[in-house]
Amino acid sequence: MTFDLIVVGASLGGLHALEAIFAALPSDFIVPLAVVQHRHRDSDDTLRSVLQRAARLPIYEAEDKQPIEPGAIYLAPADYHLLVERGSFALSTEGPVNHARPSIDVLFESAAAAYEARLLGVVLTGASADGAQGLALIKARGGCTVVQDPASAECRVMPEAAIAATTVDHVVPLIEIVPLLTKLCQSSWKVGL
Amino acid sequence: MNVPDYNPELEEIEIQLLLEGVAQHYGYDFRNYALASLKRRIWNTMRAEQAKTVSALQEKVLHQPACMERFLLALTVNVTAMFRDPGFYLAFRTKVVPLLRTYPFIRIWHAGCSTGEEVYSMAILLYEAGLYDRCRIYATDMNTAVLSKAKEGIFPLVKMQEYTGNYLRAGGDQSFSNYYTAAYEHAIFRPWLRDRITFSQHNLATDGSFNEFNVVLCRNVMIYFNKTLQEHVHRLLYESLSMFGVLGLGHAESLKFTPHEQHYTEIVSGERLYRRVS
Repeated sequence: MTFDLIVVGASLGGLHALEAIFAALPSDFIVPLAVVQHRHRDSDDTLRSVLQRAARLPIYEAEDKQPIEPGAIYLAPADYHLLVERGSFALSTEGPVNHARPSIDVLFESAAAAYEARLLGVVLTGASADGAQGLALIKARGGCTVVQDPASAECRVMPEAAIAATTVDHVVPLIEIVPLLTKLCQSSWKVGL
Repeated sequence: MNVPDYNPELEEIEIQLLLEGVAQHYGYDFRNYALASLKRRIWNTMRAEQAKTVSALQEKVLHQPACMERFLLALTVNVTAMFRDPGFYLAFRTKVVPLLRTYPFIRIWHAGCSTGEEVYSMAILLYEAGLYDRCRIYATDMNTAVLSKAKEGIFPLVKMQEYTGNYLRAGGDQSFSNYYTAAYEHAIFRPWLRDRITFSQHNLATDGSFNEFNVVLCRNVMIYFNKTLQEHVHRLLYESLSMFGVLGLGHAESLKFTPHEQHYTEIVSGERLYRRVS
């Protein structure tokens, strides 16, 4: 199994979960990550800089048409939906989906269409059902699905919604997510992108 | 799109056929729109029109002009706000206004103005800077339905709390409610705010440059275009700007991935305000 992209969705409690994950990701982790963390429409660069302090990989706020490079983490900018085309990002200011912009479902659905089986989707802690439909679509297109164990989540609503929406491949506690991703992406390392 | 025999490759062919048909029959060219977000809007329309496939939607769109009108509204994204992204307007107020003061007459093109919220915002800002009498704002959009809304200058009253907050963060120091009259659920903006605005239809994909401007604003419009169309529009904007003219883009847009990057310098880092220097 090889993966070209990992998409991650987080809401309430996501800051700590993402910090823990980014801190654990090794600096030679090659598969790029695209992340939606629900946030206020006026929030500035603080989220990125706080997360960057924890991370060894470079973190960017995705810009329109930005190429997706290996070994990088991309955050959805505030007040935009983040979408994926094959090899690059696209943005949209369409209305909120699941009361959220950026919405996790929008990222996951577009990524599933672009990457199909070469996509890994991760749903973390949160208080909404955003991401559940998107994760089901990733699964339907042959991608791999991972959900944070609700018991280890600051807010279990979002992981539970994802688990209810599809047959999730891996349900693991927060601290085991990076070891799992590393294992799942091992062949991607050798093949490269 | 969740039907069991869903075939993404076939759907992309159907989308191309639909867009080709719409371009040839109606003259609206969406063929170079960014696919990821376009697909979403086509899916939304399919749900609303109860069309099971893109081909079924194509039949309705081509044979029923009313359906085409709904499709057109659905395809063009018209989500906007007054003083959207206040930092941009604050930077405009503090860094661009001083440049504009040196001009006897200021021509501004707001390309893709949608329902006009940002045009009225700019009018307010220029009025407060004491420059409005010297300005002419050309506000254009491809969609005549949103342009007529823009001409009215009537926005939902429930939005005024949010807009007032944006206005204040954008450096506004007046009472924002001075600029509108509340009537039932509406905020009717003062007609004099429109005195220096010309609203007209213009399609960035198919129409050319129509004047030379000191300021061109094109915010969150090109994110819906693919690279080919984006480069076409960047050339159009570049050719429409006078030397040392100012280009304003959306918060997550940049010149970084375009061929015109070397013709501009950034006026304020991170606020997407650029000045044409060559």
